[in-house]
Amino acid sequence: MTFQMQNLARILQFSVPFSRSFHQCQPLNQIQLLTRLRVVDNSTIGKEAMLEGRPPKCIHVYNKTGIGTIGDKVLVAIKGQKKKAVIVGVKQKQAPLVPKFDSNNIVLIEDNGTPIGTRIHVPVPSILRKILKERSVAKQIDFTKLLSIATKFV
Amino acid sequence: MLRRAVLQTFRQGLAQSFFKRNAVSLSETTVTHQPIETSNEADEKSVSKQKPGDESGNTVVVAPPEFRFMYPEFLPDPAMERRNRLKEKLERIDMLQRRSVVEIPEFYTGSVMAVTVADANSPNKFARFVGICIQRGGSGLRAWFILRNVVDKQGVEILYEMYCPLIQKIEVLRLERRLDESLLYLRDALPEYSTFPLDMEPERRLNNSVVPINPLKVKLRPRPWLERWERQNLQGVEDLNLPQRFYDKAEKVAKPWEKYDLMLQYRKTIPAEEQEKIFADVHSQLQQQEFKRKIRRQHSALNDSHMVRVGRDANPNQTRISGSIVPSCMLSSAGDMTFRLETYHY
Repeated sequence: MTFQMQNLARILQFSVPFSRSFHQCQPLNQIQLLTRLRVVDNSTIGKEAMLEGRPPKCIHVYNKTGIGTIGDKVLVAIKGQKKKAVIVGVKQKQAPLVPKFDSNNIVLIEDNGTPIGTRIHVPVPSILRKILKERSVAKQIDFTKLLSIATKFV
Repeated sequence: MLRRAVLQTFRQGLAQSFFKRNAVSLSETTVTHQPIETSNEADEKSVSKQKPGDESGNTVVVAPPEFRFMYPEFLPDPAMERRNRLKEKLERIDMLQRRSVVEIPEFYTGSVMAVTVADANSPNKFARFVGICIQRGGSGLRAWFILRNVVDKQGVEILYEMYCPLIQKIEVLRLERRLDESLLYLRDALPEYSTFPLDMEPERRLNNSVVPINPLKVKLRPRPWLERWERQNLQGVEDLNLPQRFYDKAEKVAKPWEKYDLMLQYRKTIPAEEQEKIFADVHSQLQQQEFKRKIRRQHSALNDSHMVRVGRDANPNQTRISGSIVPSCMLSSAGDMTFRLETYHY
């Protein structure tokens, strides 16, 4: 009886479709360690890096969680240097009324918050005004200077 | 007489299908790719069909069938776990209340729209965004749609909840449909297909009764793409020109039996009888609101032309045009225009 049962089990094993695929979810598009980012200001170092096809990589997110969103400060490795940057647009799905962009955009800044470039040609979310103001108050560094070089708010 | 006969047979057919427990009548609830008639056409034809009296002797009013395409958010989420008739009824009341304050026009995926939102973070407290509707969903007060546009070579998408109190104005600049119900492939398409000028003017339609279907076939950028478009049976995309192995794999993972799955269809839709009830509940108020807005628009158009005439003949020393031509209740968007006309002539 046991032999027949084993045979039956073997037959059933092959009659059921056997799938070896991984479980996949929708991509989260989060900005974290080693995420490649797009520099959107007109700083020389940013433009050169984007042109030569070696976009800056995020090496640290100044955040409790390691995930960066709009308004977060990140440390990027760009052309062999370490530079600080502020995220001004993300690919990640956002709350209603907050715009979502087709690329993860950053603006390079110095340690004191002044942007290295002089203009941002892509649109920037208007919620950044509120986020950067709060952050400036909290950290006593003026992050809002990069808003003055933005051309369009969306 | 003929209408009554038709409606009687319709009711009998519904009752029969209910007792037979087959889904023949349910198949009519799916959205078909046909030009949709708008409320204007419906008004001309048969506004609200009057059913012959039921047991109580009252006439029952039935909404035109186009309503399920024009106002799809009034239909609740079909998932049985989340159905609650009372909650849905209360939600409908709230939705009608909101619609009486802000005009939420008829639109479809593929329509170009402009949304003005109250934004505390912008210097003039309103933010306006123009874009093409790539997807819409949700039901009840949570109904949402996504607008996409390419601004300064940067693709931007914003999700708007239709009944959000922050929304000041929703305008449909171009009312049309596309070959697909979801245009998410525009993210992988060439940017010109998603670019619309931010100062786009509303387009007037020549034929006001039928919503046109734009048979545009969009060109995609070269791979990699965000999704496997070859597996989704898209109508609005040009030939993908992929190696044959992609199509072979797509066939392998395809589920062609799903289109015959009646229970799946039943679970995804609200039955026709319930839809009838829901739209019968709301359609009289919706039509009243539409009627009032039409009147308001006609009045404001008349008043504008009247103001111009008076302005030209008016005494330059006069600072105000005497006599209230426009009663204050009519001054909605027209109010600003009349003021501008006054100042122009001085």
